[in-house]
Order: sequence, then C-alpha cells, then structure tokens
Amino acid sequence: MSEDAQGPITMIRTPVDLEYNISAGPDLTLFLRGLKEEKKLYGRRSPNGDVYIPPRGACPVTGQPMLEEVEVSDHGTVTTFCLINIPIEGQELKPPYVFAAIILDGASLPLFHMIAGIAADEARMGMRVKANWKPDDELVLSLESINYFEPSGEPDADYDSYKEHL
Amino acid sequence: MAELCAVIGVGQTKHAAIRGDVSIPGLLREAAFRALEDAGITFADIDAVILGTAPDQFEGIMMPELFLADALGAVGKPILRVHTAGSVGGSTANVAASYIESGLYDRVLTLAFEKQSESNAMWALSPKYPFQPPITSGAGGYFAPLIRAYMRASGAPDHIGCKVAYKDRVHALKNPYAHLHIEDISIEKVKASPMLWEPVRYLESCPSSDGCAALVLAREEVADRHSGPKAWVWATEMRSEPMQFAGRNQVLPQAGSDCAKSLYKKAGITNPQAEIDVAEIYVPFSWFEPMWLENLHLCEPGEGWKLTDNDETTFGGRLPVNPSGGVLSTNPIGASGMIRYAEGALQVRGMAGDRQVDGAKVALGHAYGGGSQFFSMWIVGSDKPS
Repeated sequence: MSEDAQGPITMIRTPVDLEYNISAGPDLTLFLRGLKEEKKLYGRRSPNGDVYIPPRGACPVTGQPMLEEVEVSDHGTVTTFCLINIPIEGQELKPPYVFAAIILDGASLPLFHMIAGIAADEARMGMRVKANWKPDDELVLSLESINYFEPSGEPDADYDSYKEHL
Repeated sequence: MAELCAVIGVGQTKHAAIRGDVSIPGLLREAAFRALEDAGITFADIDAVILGTAPDQFEGIMMPELFLADALGAVGKPILRVHTAGSVGGSTANVAASYIESGLYDRVLTLAFEKQSESNAMWALSPKYPFQPPITSGAGGYFAPLIRAYMRASGAPDHIGCKVAYKDRVHALKNPYAHLHIEDISIEKVKASPMLWEPVRYLESCPSSDGCAALVLAREEVADRHSGPKAWVWATEMRSEPMQFAGRNQVLPQAGSDCAKSLYKKAGITNPQAEIDVAEIYVPFSWFEPMWLENLHLCEPGEGWKLTDNDETTFGGRLPVNPSGGVLSTNPIGASGMIRYAEGALQVRGMAGDRQVDGAKVALGHAYGGGSQFFSMWIVGSDKPS
C-alpha cells in the first residue's frame, strides 16, 4: 500500500454510457423523413379526428389504429413555456433559453422546442411562432432539423383558442 | 376487502443532502429499525418486505433491491420492488396494504428510499432524447410551464408560490427528520432567490435528498393485539394516464381527479373538505400546493390558491397541508410519497411531535409521478373505518 493512503476510499467514479439504436417503424419514419428530406412536419389523424405529431401507430385515447397522414404547418402558437436559467451537467444548450410547448397549426397537441430570436423576457403565452430550419445540407432525422422557433410576426392568439391544450 | 389493514410502526431516516455515513442498505436499516421498534417487533415477525425506489439512474445503481434482502431480514421471505416513478413511495405502501387486505400476510414491512447523492437526478432527468432537440432541464423544466398555465388559468397572484415555499420551510423547522432547516426563512428570502426555471425560483423548488421511510402494516386481528396507537387504512387508490394525448389537461390531470374521487368513495368520505383533518401531498414545486388542492377536490375549482393565501393550509387553518415541511423540505424522490403516507399515519396516531395537528383523526397521503401521470393516495384514520 502506498504511504500516502489515508482512510477509506469514499468515491470511485465509474461512468456508464448508453447508445440507442432505434428502429423507427412506419410512423416515425414518415415523421423523420419529412424533417430531413422535405422540411415538412407530418402527423397522423386518429379515428376521433385528432392530429398527432409526431405520428404514432395507435391513438392513445381510443386505442384504435391511426388513419391517414396529415401535413401540419411549421407555424404555431406557444401554449406555455419556461425560461431555463439553470446549468445542468451534460447540458448541450447554454442557459438562458426558452423551453416552450408549441401547438402547430393543424395539430391537436403541442410539441416541445425552444424559442429564439427574441429577448428571453419577451416570450409569452399565445405568441405566434414559425420554425427556423437548418440549411438543406444540414438536415437530419430529428426535430433538430429545426434550429428553434421564432416570432412569425402574426398577432398573438386568443387565450381561448389554445386553453384546452395546456 | 377481506381484512382491515393498520399501520402499527412508522420509521424514517434523518434526511440530508448527503448521508455519507451510511450505505444504501444502512440507510434502509435506519428507517426499518425505527419502524420495527415503534411496532415493538423484530425482522423475525415480518412475513414479507415490499420496497420502492425511483428510476435506477437516480442512484446510478441497477436494481438495488437485489442486494437488500439480507440487510432487511428478508432472506427466505418474499421481497418485491414496486416502480411508478415519483409516486412510487405511495404506490409501494398501497401494494403492501393490499397484501395485508388480501389476508395473505399478517405483517408486512414496506420501505421506500432514494440515496440521490449516489448519482445526479437532475442529470438523470435531462437526457438527450432520440430525435428531439436537447432542451430538457430536470423536473423543473418540465413542470414550470404547467405552473405558468395554472397561474394564467386561475388568475392567482404571483406571491402564492413564495407563500407556499415559506410556509412549508417554517413547518420543517418543527420536524427533526426534515432535510432543510432554514432558520431565517422569509417570504422576502424566497422572492429574492434566483429564478431557475422562470416562473419557478430556487427556494420554490424541492431539494435533492438521501432518505428512507418505512412502515409496518398488520391485519386487523394482529393490530388489535398491538398496544400502541394505530393508523387504520380506510382506503387506497391509484390511477395512471398517458403522458401525452390530445386534449390532456396536464395541469389538473383526469387521473388525479378520478383517483381522489374513487378514494373518498371507498373511504366513505362524502365531503372531503370537511372530513379530512390534515393532508400530506406531493408538492415538489411550491405552486403544486394550490394545483393539487383543486385536483384533489379539497377546494372549489379555481380556488386552491385562496386557501393558501388565507393561511388555511397551515396550523390552525381549515386544512393543514404538509405540516412535516413536505417535499419542499425533504425530497429523496422514491421515498417522498411514503414519507407523505408516514406523516399522515403519525398525525392520526397522535405521534407527530411538534408538528402534530391538534385533533387530527383523518389524514390524506398523496403522491404523483412521471409527467403528472401516476397517482397514489390513501386515507388513514385514528379509528377503524365505519
């Protein structure tokens, strides 16, 4: 034993890595190819008329198989959001940034992305936003094909128009 | 139900940011021995051990239950792990109670724990999800937008969150087991703390704790022979729902509302606002107090914040909420639900020390988990259910 060993060992760092291999299946393939190859957002209509994005095989409300594919807009409304100020181990984005729930025009539930192109304290519920896409040669099989959402310049949406989607 | 179930022993650790003096088995044994001592029995009297903890990455240790059987006197006996994310402390006790109620076992030891200092829960809750932008930032990042939605929908004034945060930290000063004892806490101090996930401030958020809670449950005939005070389980209930579906109310989820209604019905409670004396509910971020008061039908819709604002949720109020200091003062995630249940049991047994609510006869324990999608609840009473 080395002479400078003193007391019990209290901590050994043993990092573990996880690497995912994803079989996307038909619905996710539709969504991811849309993002990478067409700069479009595809969802799927459920038997009760709701449009899910990303699309999925079965409706979580009715349990029924989903119906036809539906293209939704890359414009939408911020339903709610928070301003993230806290640094976290492993975080890729440098705070502060705005984490938002955005209901795209034509979709029935929000997706989550970040808002940029404004001062952080200008974010608000009901703000109209549009996707800021990556250049064509940088598009990927991921929602990261959208850099962020930014103000579209349209007037804010009425609270009543999105209050059922919070 | 074939058998009535009673809590005859309650134990918990001294909760802290880092319990470096004990291993995970040592942490569990501290709570287990206190519960057994309270019940006046030993491991030899236990028929089965049912334990719960949150997702493995919160500790960085896969399936810790595999090495806990010997530490918990369970060699040669059944040991079972329950897993429902943050609500697991509640659902574990519910599962344990169901084994008693079924008549299968006489006495069950149930525990829930988390030793968060072994890993980093904030990191564990913020992975880079496949094909998503890297925007997650812990539980606060997920729940803060829901809090903003509640603030908008209810029209509650901004100070309500700070008031809850202050109130629960004052309560914690009465609880020797609580992790946080902030002697100089004030509303001004909460207000001045940094916005971590605006609108949620640092002092409006729960800490990260090491801790364990343990309960000894017994069936009626065994409990009746036990000399100490009992907490009789009037009803247990659980509900779940998907994290995302069109039209989902994430602020006041259907599953939470349905769970509470069914719980009260099973317990024979027709007017929860009048019949429940004390509530220990899972409030990891301050605004969840008024949100859950509404979801649990403990006030009129849209009025949860008024109970808080009118001091109805502290000692002397209409419904003291989290007299222990709650999750805002102690959050070993997997244990937090069972601590709620344990504190409710202590209240109706008249054993809550300085944090005792005078005359408490009926208590609600509540836990939730995931994206507000798993709910576990129970009602315990000083007397057997009528």
